[in-house]
Amino acid sequence: MGTTNSTLSKIPNVEELMQETGFTPAHIVRLYDRFEALDKEKTGLLRPQDFGAINRLAMNPIGDRIIGAFFSPGQETVDFHSFVRILAHFRPADKKRPKDPSMPEPVNSRTSKLKFAFQLYDQDKDGKISRAELLQVLRSMLEMQVTEEQLESIADRTIQEADLDKDDAISFEEFRKSLEKVNIDHKMSIRFLR
Amino acid sequence: MENSLKQRRGLQVWFSVMIGLIMIPAMFGLSLGVTSVYIQILVKILEWSTLRIQRGHRDRPTLPVPAPLPNGLIQREGGSMEHEMGELRRYRTQSISRGEFALSDSFYFYRKGLESIVDDQVTQRFSSEELVSWNLLTRTNHNFHYISLRLTVIWGLGVIIRYCVLFPLRITLAIIGLSWLVIGTSLVGFLPNRRVKNWLSELVHLMCYRICARGLSATIQYHNKNNKPQKGGICVANHTSPIDIVILANDGCYAMVGQSHSGLMGVIQRSMVRSCPHVWFERSEMRDRHAVTSRLRAHVAAKSNLPILIFPEGTCINNTSVMMFKKGSFEIGGTIYPVAIKYDPRFGDAFWNSAKYNMVSYLLRMMTSWAIVVNVWYLPPMTRQEGEDATKFANRVKSAIAHQGGLLDMAWDGSLKRDKVKEEFKEHQQKMYSSMVVGKKARTSQEPHTESTKR
Repeated sequence: MGTTNSTLSKIPNVEELMQETGFTPAHIVRLYDRFEALDKEKTGLLRPQDFGAINRLAMNPIGDRIIGAFFSPGQETVDFHSFVRILAHFRPADKKRPKDPSMPEPVNSRTSKLKFAFQLYDQDKDGKISRAELLQVLRSMLEMQVTEEQLESIADRTIQEADLDKDDAISFEEFRKSLEKVNIDHKMSIRFLR
Repeated sequence: MENSLKQRRGLQVWFSVMIGLIMIPAMFGLSLGVTSVYIQILVKILEWSTLRIQRGHRDRPTLPVPAPLPNGLIQREGGSMEHEMGELRRYRTQSISRGEFALSDSFYFYRKGLESIVDDQVTQRFSSEELVSWNLLTRTNHNFHYISLRLTVIWGLGVIIRYCVLFPLRITLAIIGLSWLVIGTSLVGFLPNRRVKNWLSELVHLMCYRICARGLSATIQYHNKNNKPQKGGICVANHTSPIDIVILANDGCYAMVGQSHSGLMGVIQRSMVRSCPHVWFERSEMRDRHAVTSRLRAHVAAKSNLPILIFPEGTCINNTSVMMFKKGSFEIGGTIYPVAIKYDPRFGDAFWNSAKYNMVSYLLRMMTSWAIVVNVWYLPPMTRQEGEDATKFANRVKSAIAHQGGLLDMAWDGSLKRDKVKEEFKEHQQKMYSSMVVGKKARTSQEPHTESTKR
């Protein structure tokens, strides 16, 4: 009896991980089981094709980008710690925590979530969403359903609305401003059952 | 010296008496009622242990115990894409009816994607159902810590009883059952006469399966026996484990369909064919769908042949849902007799996870569970209607089975366990999204201009 503790002890640095991400031990165990289930070849690391085997994800128009978010540039595998860290972005915000300016920004705060979403668009990580990058995302989400012209006009309109300093790209601040009324915590959170 | 010899003799006699007491009523379809008493005692013990565990959790809330989550790890928002997108865009000052793109639109896909990484409905079906409470078997103990001494003692007793008392009994019964099957069917095969031969062969088959069922402590409850599959029909059922065959064959005789194996299975298969026609395919034949269909069709057409037993899901599913039926079985024609099989997970997990366990270790696990309690429902026969294609018919039958057995009716293909999903599904998502962005208006870029001049 007591397989929870034995699972937790299998994971190195689990205390640190829980501290950093805010997941409870129960969540960590569940995520570990999930990680192991996805890791079909039992290598302890996940590869893009392991994610690709998830059907619902393969169906998702931006599935490839989401998979890409797990892998740091140049890396081909992701270990359990990184897996959990990325998922931690989608934890609902902790309402009870006081704002402590000396502590680093928690990984699931509104700003962190927005930064994470920003990186979905900004693939070359230059801090701006260029017109080309926006077009790429639009193309993934709409593919064959609209013409190239329509895609371009949508991209133009979006940049027009959000771009305040008129440099034909959307910086993180402009991104944040244009989404200030959206309930990010609600829309970019996954509710883990207890 | 003498004492130990006497002891051993005593044990052997006792053992044979037990076997006899179990086997002989089984052969004639009677029951001494011992199993039902056993099940009742088990239920009482399990209920007690559930209460004990719940009390244990309440008393020590600081322990990190992940509650079993039979429906998945996360709470999913039930909204459709339209509803969710509408909510995301509510902040926009311009009118939403113009559609168009918003930077926040991608959040919807992003979240759905991450949700599916954390948990997905399909992969769930291929691992064993998580019980809401522990049933005192080590193998289902995912989440339960040490709770109390009494519970541990009962669990220990359970281990001893299951492995030292029940297991040898069951193995012996299984061996007797299978050997009798081989011997009996071979003997019957020598008889030339039609009617007597058929009657005898049915008897032999029934007896063997009954003994095997006793060998698993299986308690089977058949419902709606008036809908039992008739000769010349096709019996279709949901598939959870190889034991399904034993379960169904306890109540009637079926012609089995499958691949011809070598070794022990091959011996059993060949002897079965001697007494009544089954349909065994060579591996090479299986690939040719037309050959398979025509052979089955020929079998069904001979109205005196036993009903064929087919499992259209193609693979073992964990008995919480029914996956897509392969349409091949539904193209043969004839009457389909659907059957729903539902195992009670409290007494033993009947699901065969072929990726995790091979056949032998699976059978060993089966024989060391508490018992197998099954409900079998015979559904009214169905035939393909005019203008209905095989896929629609298959879905109709599948829904009926799922509905009766209390299982989820899933639209996913059982082979998705191994294959990738098609592009069509992705396109469907894109179509839905594009109708929100671009709308049903004409697809020209001149629309906005004409609108603004319409003051």
